[in-house]
Amino acid sequence: MKKQKLVLVGNGMAGVRAVEEVLKINREKFEITIFGQEPYPNYNRIQLSTVLQGGTSVRDITLNEWKWYEDNQIRLYPGESVTAIDTENQLVYTDKGRIVSYDKLILATGSNPFMLPLPGADKEGVTAFRNIKDCEKMIEYSKKHKKAAVIGGGLLGLEAARGLLNLGMEVDVIHIHHYLMERQLDQTAGKLLQTELEKQGMRFLLQKNTAEILGKKQVTGLRFKDGTKIQTDLVVMAVGIKPNISLAIEAGIPVDRGIIVNDYLETDVPNIYAVGECAEHRGIAYGLVAPLYQQGQVLAKRLCSIEDEGYKGSVLSTQLKVSGVDVFSAGKINEAEHTKAFKVYDDYRGVYKKVLIEDGKISGAVLFGDTKDGNRLLSLIKRRSAIEEYLETDVSNGNEQSVVAAMADGELICGCNGVTKGAIVDAIRTKGLTTVDQVKGCTNASRSCGGCKSLVADLLQCTLGDQYQADRKEALCGCTDLSRDEILQEIREKGLTHIREVMNVLDWRTDGCSKCKPALNYYLGMIYPLNYNDEKEARYVNERMHANIQKDGTYSVVPRMYGGVTTADDLRKIADVADKYKVGLIKVTGGQRIDLLGVRKEDLPKMWADLDMPSGSAYAKGLRTVKTCVGENFCRFGTQDSIGMGIRLEKKFEGLNTPHKVKMAVSACPRNCAESGIKDVGVVGVDGAWEMYVGGNGGTHLRSADLLFKFKTGDELEEMISAFLQYYRETAHYLERTSGWVERLGLDHIREVLSNPNTVKELMMRMEEALSVVQEPWKKAIQDKTLLKDLYESLKLPVETK
Amino acid sequence: MEKTLRPILIGKAEDLPQKLGKTVTIGRKEIAVFKLENGKIHAIENRCPHKGGVLAEGIVSGEFVYCPLHDWKISVLDGRVQAPDVGCVQSYPVEVRDGQVFIFLN
Ligand code: SRM
Ligand SMILES: Cc1cc2nc3c(=O)[nH]c(=O)nc-3n(C[C@H](O)[C@H](O)[C@H](O)COP(=O)(O)OP(=O)(O)OC[C@H]3O[C@@H](n4cnc5c(N)ncnc54)[C@H](O)[C@@H]3O)c2cc1C
Ligand code: SF4
Ligand code: FES
Repeated sequence: MKKQKLVLVGNGMAGVRAVEEVLKINREKFEITIFGQEPYPNYNRIQLSTVLQGGTSVRDITLNEWKWYEDNQIRLYPGESVTAIDTENQLVYTDKGRIVSYDKLILATGSNPFMLPLPGADKEGVTAFRNIKDCEKMIEYSKKHKKAAVIGGGLLGLEAARGLLNLGMEVDVIHIHHYLMERQLDQTAGKLLQTELEKQGMRFLLQKNTAEILGKKQVTGLRFKDGTKIQTDLVVMAVGIKPNISLAIEAGIPVDRGIIVNDYLETDVPNIYAVGECAEHRGIAYGLVAPLYQQGQVLAKRLCSIEDEGYKGSVLSTQLKVSGVDVFSAGKINEAEHTKAFKVYDDYRGVYKKVLIEDGKISGAVLFGDTKDGNRLLSLIKRRSAIEEYLETDVSNGNEQSVVAAMADGELICGCNGVTKGAIVDAIRTKGLTTVDQVKGCTNASRSCGGCKSLVADLLQCTLGDQYQADRKEALCGCTDLSRDEILQEIREKGLTHIREVMNVLDWRTDGCSKCKPALNYYLGMIYPLNYNDEKEARYVNERMHANIQKDGTYSVVPRMYGGVTTADDLRKIADVADKYKVGLIKVTGGQRIDLLGVRKEDLPKMWADLDMPSGSAYAKGLRTVKTCVGENFCRFGTQDSIGMGIRLEKKFEGLNTPHKVKMAVSACPRNCAESGIKDVGVVGVDGAWEMYVGGNGGTHLRSADLLFKFKTGDELEEMISAFLQYYRETAHYLERTSGWVERLGLDHIREVLSNPNTVKELMMRMEEALSVVQEPWKKAIQDKTLLKDLYESLKLPVETK
Repeated sequence: MEKTLRPILIGKAEDLPQKLGKTVTIGRKEIAVFKLENGKIHAIENRCPHKGGVLAEGIVSGEFVYCPLHDWKISVLDGRVQAPDVGCVQSYPVEVRDGQVFIFLN
């Protein structure tokens, strides 16, 4: 039979999911064409919040790779919009002049962000938060500007605000209502949320009505109806969305708020369907993926002529994706005359729970601070269960695992994709799944907002028992399904010795990528300190060249200056070299040494030779600097020789490879002038002792270091730093700073491990082994002719002759 | 307009480092030449379409290079930027005759 032509307008979450459902039912029935305005394959719009908050990158949120379209023989036109529909002759027209005919047409054009029609709304620096472009714009702005204002204190506005805070901006959230997220939360939860977000640094202007956006070409501020003003460089409007129906209107397809569809997602015009945010079903246009995916399933069945009772509407639930804040709500939110409520308010732990009851049945819920019960309540609400059913099995005070264990098979784990506990357990058992990623691949659970990942992990744990280890779940990168731990185990068991061998033996899907190759190189070097041949080809440019690459392709040179102490001779040498090679800029770094910037690649080896100083490793995943304060020999408060200790530590650990960079500092009293409190290892001298702090970080995610131990002597201190760093080297994920690692393992655990003298001794021995092969990188490069030629020489050929 | 491609000799294949890029400047044109793990040699423009990163210094995996500045993934065969980013850099035909490497320019 000849295939029918199925055309999809809108390459977004709802439309593509509907197509996936069609393919699941019948791969042969349709010849599929997809038009998408955005120049990307279908991506996870929900995760834009996470991208903005720095938790993932744009490249990691693709849902269907280009290859998926190819593999399924779908013709995709990215970056191309459908501009008109000829419903008579069943044709669509595009902005690139293309005309395509259809037998069945799906409209899945999503929504447009609602932009308040304020005076000044067209100025530079006003944006919505809807797509990759908006997201990139905000990131771009945050690099040059300081102040941001978000109009709208709903879900989207708060997620945007959290992202902008993470990007280093000051953020004001302007909201017209008197508490936040009034559509999803009651007043109590809204106020709790506000307090929590204020703690995170957000500022709120409630019950404020914006009157005008100020500025000439570029935004400079906002004026409100009450006459007050604020300054801002960026305005994000997050006041709502409106279904994108212009195409439908022009084609004469009946619309209201959205394109009107019946229970089978059919519009009033034959062979035209609508699904997703652009569709309006029984008066509701939904704005969350869970209902859209249910619609997609119904639509697919309809298209494939499978009997179904149709789409009946959905009960909504929401979750805010802001780290450190747990809120959940579903169904009805506010009390009315005929409702009763079951409430728990734990002021001490900051936990609030409200379950609304109508005629003895659960009709809604609001949770704050502890949302483990969320999906369970959602299923109960959907089934209109009696409140007793919830109260009898109220397990929210038990541990995570017993929560999933107590769930019935029919209960939802993944709200977005409608995946039940039963479906997941079944997949784990029958398909032998062992990781969250695999469960995601097989069942779609956690594929959208990711909120249920921990529940899926708990289910794996419950179902597989000891076979499953919690930290085994994340694959190293897209090239393999194996996790870091699994890979390390295989390397050790099978005695794998180089990157290519690891990739071949462990069935890598590709030839590696910029994530796994450097990681494998590190792991192999850590496992075989004495025998591994470091693969420079697998190293990131800075580490391969032993210099930091700059935006224009030149490099920087930072010689070591142990403990920040230098001599007139060294300074003279640096000055001479700077003159001789005409460096662009000489700068004192934040790490107490000198940076020569703007050096041409070819000049690097010559400069190093002239300097005749060791590399400062300012580029390395290894020891960077050891900052020191002046200490007891000069300072009136000093209690210890901080300079001496700093230099000693820097000389001891320089050149070491670590999972991520390691910074240290030694201060000679608690005034902490060397900033020991934000270093990977920070030492503070006190009267007669050294305090050792670990896991500090002064970078993207500021974290103050925790006190690990206190020692009487410098020798003991050095030994423990050695053991600590070796334990970090052996157990951290590649690119995990000590701050993240300490949080993941827990300080208590680390302290316990390092309290065992035998363990410490063994760790120290392995550290000595690793240090024994360290070579000074600049000297090594200068002396190696092949290296010089391969890495630092460019070929220059004269202008072509005619 | 007729375009003729002319071969430019850049040296011996065995002199190029494997799994790495090499910067080759011909007149004012800067080209990144890669010798892949399989020994094949490819040449593309040495400027990332994103913000001008020097591609010759990127990590090479199979037939792709990852830009050293912000990690865009680019095919060294046809210069195409891989999803989710978009764009393209000029690619140049390469031929190896008797161990000598020629790049074809117009
Ligand atoms: C040169 C220097 C800035 C300066 O002029 O003072 C610098 C420059 C760079 N830093 Fe830094 N950081 C410098 C001190 C710092 C400090 C302050 C400190 O060490 O006391 C911090 C915060 C402290 C910390 O790390 O805990 C810092 C936190 C970062 C981060 C965020 C790390 C994190 O865990 O969040 C990055 C990004 C990364 O490593 O992934 C980074 C990355 C970079 C890179 C290498 C960006 C890159 O990957 O290309 C910059 C190279 C610029 C260039 O064009 O050469 N730099 N960087 C400082 C060199 C110190 C040195 O002598 O070695
Ligand atoms: C930052 C953010 C966070 C979110 N968080 C959550 C969350 O936590 N949970 C949740 O459930 N939902 C969340 N959402 C909402 C969710 O992303 C949307 O409900 C979902 O993406 C809607 O799917 P859709 O296919 O209807 O529309 P879209 O995903 O917007 O897809 C529509 C596509 O059609 C294209 N298009 C439009 N017109 C044309 C045309 N004429 N020709 C060709 N192409 C066209 C558009 O460019 C777009 O790519 C969030 C949304 C945002 C922006
Ligand atoms: S030097 Fe550091 S803080 Fe400055 S721009 Fe570069 S990475 Fe950012
Ligand atoms: S310049 Fe190449 S990725 Fe940014």
